Amino acid sequence: MRLFPKEVESLWTLFTGPSIWAAHFLGCSIAVAVYCEKAGEAPITFAQMRLFLVLITLLALAGIVLSAWLAWRQWGFGSGDPPHDAPTREDRLLFQGFATLLLSGLSFVAVLFVAVPLVLIEACQP
Amino acid sequence: MTNCSKRKISGHLPIAVSLVLAGCTGSQSTLDPAGQEAAEVHHLFVVMVIGGGFIWLAVIGLLLHSCRGQRQTWSEEGAGRLIAWGGVAFPGVVLFALLVYAVWLMPSVRPWLARTVPEPTQIEVTGEQFWWRIRYPAEDGVAGFETSNELRLPVGERVAFSLRAADVIHSFWIPSLGGKMDMIPGRTNVLSLLPTRTGVFKAPCAEFCGTSHTYMAFSVVVMEREAYDDWRRKQASGHQPEGSEGERLFIHHGCAACHSVRGTTPVAALGPDLTHFAERETVGAGTLANTRENVGRFIRDPSAIKPGAQMPAFDMVPQGEIAAISEFLAGLR
Repeated sequence: MRLFPKEVESLWTLFTGPSIWAAHFLGCSIAVAVYCEKAGEAPITFAQMRLFLVLITLLALAGIVLSAWLAWRQWGFGSGDPPHDAPTREDRLLFQGFATLLLSGLSFVAVLFVAVPLVLIEACQP
Repeated sequence: MTNCSKRKISGHLPIAVSLVLAGCTGSQSTLDPAGQEAAEVHHLFVVMVIGGGFIWLAVIGLLLHSCRGQRQTWSEEGAGRLIAWGGVAFPGVVLFALLVYAVWLMPSVRPWLARTVPEPTQIEVTGEQFWWRIRYPAEDGVAGFETSNELRLPVGERVAFSLRAADVIHSFWIPSLGGKMDMIPGRTNVLSLLPTRTGVFKAPCAEFCGTSHTYMAFSVVVMEREAYDDWRRKQASGHQPEGSEGERLFIHHGCAACHSVRGTTPVAALGPDLTHFAERETVGAGTLANTRENVGRFIRDPSAIKPGAQMPAFDMVPQGEIAAISEFLAGLR
């Protein structure tokens, strides 16, 4: 049995990268907000909290890289040039692969941008 | 363009440039920092302006380059590479670097969060329509006291402010020292600043708070520690009654029902404290210069000077008596 199907023919793959970005953004913001609100009661320190968020970030980046690799495969590993605008099934697949690859790149950068404050933040503001 | 209009422009240019540059200094300029936080923000501003300037020049240069005709056209591959590097990779890397730099600066702009900074003295500042209540804590055996519309700070020492609001949202901002931080009713926000140079600075309310929002400012006097200690001792000891006619009229006309002159009148907390009022730079929270004439004008009709001011007009008080009260206030040193 293959871990990943040979072909992915669903519009949902297009949203994988942005969805991971959104989930990471929400997850980090909510985690820090809840931690800071309950700082006195939380069983973990701020450093542990930060480490946890760094791990979440690495996980999100890995997910996006995987989505990008699948998209690259769908795009035929860059064998054809865009715009892939012929009204054929082949071109639709290639177009979707290319668009997913670009969105994955955007999501990767966006997750990094979200992670910067997590790394540099010092403490909860009273 | 004719020679005449060229001359006109070149004649006006120095005036225009000096007008623009005049905004770079002064007692209320973020471009002339006198505090650590303001210096950090100023540094960030300069880095961003210079960086943005270079990028602007590069983009405009590229635009001009592309507008020049009769040139060899770029290959599709070359153009694609330019878009990928110049339009994706470069902005991505530059924005990432700027974000890291700006976020990295944050702890130095909000340094009281760092554990290495000693617990600073907290001065309580409350925004009220349209003035500032300032309460100094007891320190080194000197009792705490309340004053208004003028903040005095020791140079080279970190000070923290507990910021509150009595009625609507105000905002505490001393552009030369750093900030700003909103003052929200029902909340206490904390801001810390480190003045690095002595001088007198101006701090306007930075959040629209009503009709006289623009007339709500306070002066900040940054002093050497010794002078600051003397000032604190003097403030804490209040003002001894003189038995003057102005003092009698101040109490007789009900001024003392709202304004305290510690040591002379009973404690009243409705309006700004007026102990050592004559030392202040301004009348009406940064509205007018502190002169006898202006004090008289303000007493006669505060709303004519500060629309919406809570203090009622005292235009029924004879001119001579207002002059005597102004004289009394001018003697509160």
